[in-house]
Amino acid sequence: MKTLLTLSVNGRPREDAVAGNALLIDYLRDTLGLTGTKQGCDGGECGACTVLVDGQPRLACCTLAHSVAGRSIETIEGLSHEGNLSRLQRAFHEHLGSQCGFCTPGMIMAAEALLRRTPQPSRDEIRAALAGNLCRCTGYVKIIESVEAAAGCEEVPA
Amino acid sequence: MGALSDFSVLRPASAADAVRLRGEHPTSRFIAGGTDLVPNMRRGLVSTDIVIDLGNVGEMRELQHQGGTLRIGAGVTLATLAADPRVRARLPALAQAALCVAGPTHRTAATLGGNLCLETRCQYFNQSESWRQGNNYCMKLAGDTCRVAPKSSRCYAAFSGDVAPALLALGAEVELLGPQGIRRLPLAELYVDDGMRWLALGADELLFAVTVPLVAGRVSGYEKLRVRGAIDFPLAGVAVVLRRDGDALGELRIACTGVSSRPEFVGGLDALAGQPLDDAAFAVIERQIKRTIQPMETTTVSVPYRRRATPVLAKRLVRRLWDEAKRR
Ligand code: FES
Ligand code: FES
Repeated sequence: MKTLLTLSVNGRPREDAVAGNALLIDYLRDTLGLTGTKQGCDGGECGACTVLVDGQPRLACCTLAHSVAGRSIETIEGLSHEGNLSRLQRAFHEHLGSQCGFCTPGMIMAAEALLRRTPQPSRDEIRAALAGNLCRCTGYVKIIESVEAAAGCEEVPA
Repeated sequence: MGALSDFSVLRPASAADAVRLRGEHPTSRFIAGGTDLVPNMRRGLVSTDIVIDLGNVGEMRELQHQGGTLRIGAGVTLATLAADPRVRARLPALAQAALCVAGPTHRTAATLGGNLCLETRCQYFNQSESWRQGNNYCMKLAGDTCRVAPKSSRCYAAFSGDVAPALLALGAEVELLGPQGIRRLPLAELYVDDGMRWLALGADELLFAVTVPLVAGRVSGYEKLRVRGAIDFPLAGVAVVLRRDGDALGELRIACTGVSSRPEFVGGLDALAGQPLDDAAFAVIERQIKRTIQPMETTTVSVPYRRRATPVLAKRLVRRLWDEAKRR
């Protein structure tokens, strides 16, 4: 049965009729068309579906849409400013932190939560913050370097 | 993974309302972080028509000092537990166990209560519907045989929560909220040695809070065996609480997880109080752990390995804490 879900997505207030059994990932991808959030394992094991809920990283594939009623959701689409990449997006692009790209939105959202709480993280802090995100391509070294590079930059894109 | 079956979500604002709704809807399920329940529902391992979401129950997210105890609401997230300065300073085994659960993105959602009530796990159960059908199911769901103990009349799925052994070793109590109010019992009594019915929680009861005594002079820790450094459930987990009186053990409490259908407190260690921590003491620790645990083929990692590794984890941790207690 569909009921009204009120929340904010990437800074915009929304009200949508959403089924009780809808997952946050299905709401984002199918109802809102925000397909940047990826469905990897689709079962809580890979981190590709990571979004921010009130600034905290959460797995959209394990979260019921109605359980985030009233909260503020941020997805990868919300990071760019006026068409410019965010510092993390730019760093992943410039430092080859992304290959096939499938894990990238989840990696960047998890890293975004880290940089907001710890602006200058150590390597160990980066590894710990990304420990729930799997990548099949890069071997992780370039991903960690990308987060380090982003931490050294201003947020306002050049 | 499969789609979720059709259900509706109720969002009570108080624990009392949650319990009342549970009484009105006997087939409902409580949900908190959802990191265990949602994947299990999507694999068809759990089904329900009504989900009672505890996310609005603020009273279950409180963490307070009360006299000589720390009272922790069942809705406190594992991320909060792992980071709380009081927990880290006074109950390090609990902070370390919380930090060992899954990955950081799970821990921001997953709760203390959810980890204590975690569905038992087995490599023959935590599979897709088609896999289980192809293997003719198992006793825990839709079948009649326990695949890891075919002659047995019970299921041997393993309890795999990390936080329970820490709280057992620390001597915690749980508060269960039912229609008649709160019932308190030692955490050990919450569990039953049965992979299908591992919780002694009444049908209309809600795990509401945990109280942990703060005992001066104790050091504690948690060690976990797993294939990867994150995400994985424990192949074995050991919590140790230790107090040192000079060159003798004052107190030693050990509990294990992942190696039985319930978290197990290791008995028979009281006699070590007043003794030095020598080879004889380590032999007692190893013997008592091996007597207590019962690892089965619930994971892809072999039973003999887990049998041998569990006491090794414990002995290493006891040694580390023994040295740490001396430095205090
Ligand atoms: S898609 Fe959510 S954790 Fe893999
Ligand atoms: S870039 Fe391909 S999975 Fe990470």
